[in-house]
Amino acid sequence: MSAASPVIERGTAASRIAGCGVAIIILLLALAPQFLSAGAVDRMTALFIYVILAAMWNALAGFGGLVSVGQQVFFGLGAYFAIRLANAGLNPFVSLFVSAVIVGAVSWPISLFMLRLRNGEFAIGMWVIAALTHLLVNLDRLIQGETGTSLISLNVYDASTRRLTIYWLALASMTALLAVLFGLLRGSTGAAIRAIRDNEDAAASIGVRVTGTKRLLFVLAAFGIGVAGALWLATSITFQPKTYFSVQWTAYMIFIVLVGGIGTFEGAILGALIFFLIETWFGGTGVWYLIGLGATALIFSLLLPRGLWGTLEERFGWRLLSVGYRVRLPVNASDTTGGTASPAQVTTSREKA
Amino acid sequence: MTNQIVQGILLGGYYALIACGLSFMFSVMRIINLAHGSLAVLSAFALWLLASRFHIPPFLGLAIVLPLMAVIGWALQRFLLERSARGGALLPILTTFGLAIVIDNVLFEQFGADTRSLAPFIGNLSYDSWEWPGSLYVGKLAVIIFVAAVVLLGGLQLFLTRTGLGRSIRATSEDPDTAGLVGVDVRRANAIAAAIAMVTVGLAGAFLGMRATFDPYAGATQLLFAFEAAVIGGAGSLWGTLIGGIVLALAQTLGAKVHPQGFLIGGHVAFLIVLFIRLYTSGLGLRGLLRFSTGKVP
Repeated sequence: MSAASPVIERGTAASRIAGCGVAIIILLLALAPQFLSAGAVDRMTALFIYVILAAMWNALAGFGGLVSVGQQVFFGLGAYFAIRLANAGLNPFVSLFVSAVIVGAVSWPISLFMLRLRNGEFAIGMWVIAALTHLLVNLDRLIQGETGTSLISLNVYDASTRRLTIYWLALASMTALLAVLFGLLRGSTGAAIRAIRDNEDAAASIGVRVTGTKRLLFVLAAFGIGVAGALWLATSITFQPKTYFSVQWTAYMIFIVLVGGIGTFEGAILGALIFFLIETWFGGTGVWYLIGLGATALIFSLLLPRGLWGTLEERFGWRLLSVGYRVRLPVNASDTTGGTASPAQVTTSREKA
Repeated sequence: MTNQIVQGILLGGYYALIACGLSFMFSVMRIINLAHGSLAVLSAFALWLLASRFHIPPFLGLAIVLPLMAVIGWALQRFLLERSARGGALLPILTTFGLAIVIDNVLFEQFGADTRSLAPFIGNLSYDSWEWPGSLYVGKLAVIIFVAAVVLLGGLQLFLTRTGLGRSIRATSEDPDTAGLVGVDVRRANAIAAAIAMVTVGLAGAFLGMRATFDPYAGATQLLFAFEAAVIGGAGSLWGTLIGGIVLALAQTLGAKVHPQGFLIGGHVAFLIVLFIRLYTSGLGLRGLLRFSTGKVP
């Protein structure tokens, strides 16, 4: 009998089924407005935006090790540029996406600067950027300070067309951004990203392009959050700088990702669903709702830092949308199914391809 | 113009006061406490409550609030920071951010959205001023705050360099493991450092309430001021924090002169310029933007 060599696999049977499941879910979601009320369509749009926000923040913090409390800057800018472009005569729906591209472009010079900061300094440095950007946007005469303005040109479409278009745009954006992120994290860039998160110096020493990789992630996250901000503007029409540049958005992202499971692809989605339900049920309780969110984030970071999905994944070895690798060591050759052997998982380290 | 510069320098004393706790905690525990500003506002509300409900003047109220802040600091370190610091460098950011949200919203729930001030409770101190040569009018309160900042920074420096406890805190900040090996109780040193930091935060909160108004969500702005002053002050010593505070205040004064809404913008821009210069002159990848050398013997 030959020595059993470890089996390296990218996913499990469950993850292949999950892949098909995701496709079916997206298809169903695309058809859903046929059966949903107008209010429900709006709520679903909000859910898609939360998923985008969470996935982008998770990509930055969970995979890149870059915790930012200033991501609202890109959310606000996404909305602001959309207003500006629409005001300049561009079709409002087109301007939503052109705006996000501009946000991505703006984040590039910011990254040159901020990515040299570490940990808490990066976190709060981004907050300063957000505060400054908020003040500068207020100076724009079109915005009229804190009074704000609206995306008036969207009013040429009737309410139901508008609602449906935004729903599909949000769904398509979410799907595309998640797909890009998934592809990125699964490929060699993903391995580099996780290597940097785990030990930046060690990663650099084995030839990972630390700064370039971080920058890619930073710009992607800025773009994604810019899309989310622009979509939010499209659903709510009004633009008040105070609401868009509020640190609350980052608080939501942190809550979602901490509860769902930081650093897991599925966690951000699960967290967004939970947040969505909590908001639906308790959003009306106002300040207690916010206290609850803060306290939950606090408790999770203390007691369950891997979040719900991270904990489940660890306990049961679940992999649905796996971006890493796992190594299974067969206990003996006859037991090939490996049903009883608890698989040793290696998801974080891999030599660069 | 001279008048504004003098006012700016005095305001810098307040920023130094709120910044020194942040950079002190960062130096010792390598943690940036995102609830820093919210805790200062908490202290201001505690003093306001004592003054308005129990008629205890704010300066007397400090005798109650400061020990309370020390206990909060100790508990914060023991129950939150110590635990979350074990999970890596990122977790304390999230923990303290969650804490900040809880504090802000609990304050909002208790006290509502109204802006408050401690000024009505300190008599004529809030508007009295001295006339200095050259027909300069400087507020008594502003001078008191500045002097308090200087005394506090000097006292902290002396404490760190001249006392056994200060030495053990410094040792912990240099290398906690080695400090533990040579018999320093690292947990105790950290908890005491956190308690001291919170006392400075409590004092800063008191002065915030006396010189201006505050509301439950004022904590974020104070945190940003503290961070900016600490970073501008740089890695020199505690006195650097004072310089940082003064530079921040002068930049804000200048900003306000350029544009009516330029006060905050001026401060943020000055911060970014200093950051830019420091990034491109040091080239060390900035491991410790905030860290001052506590090991410096004067």
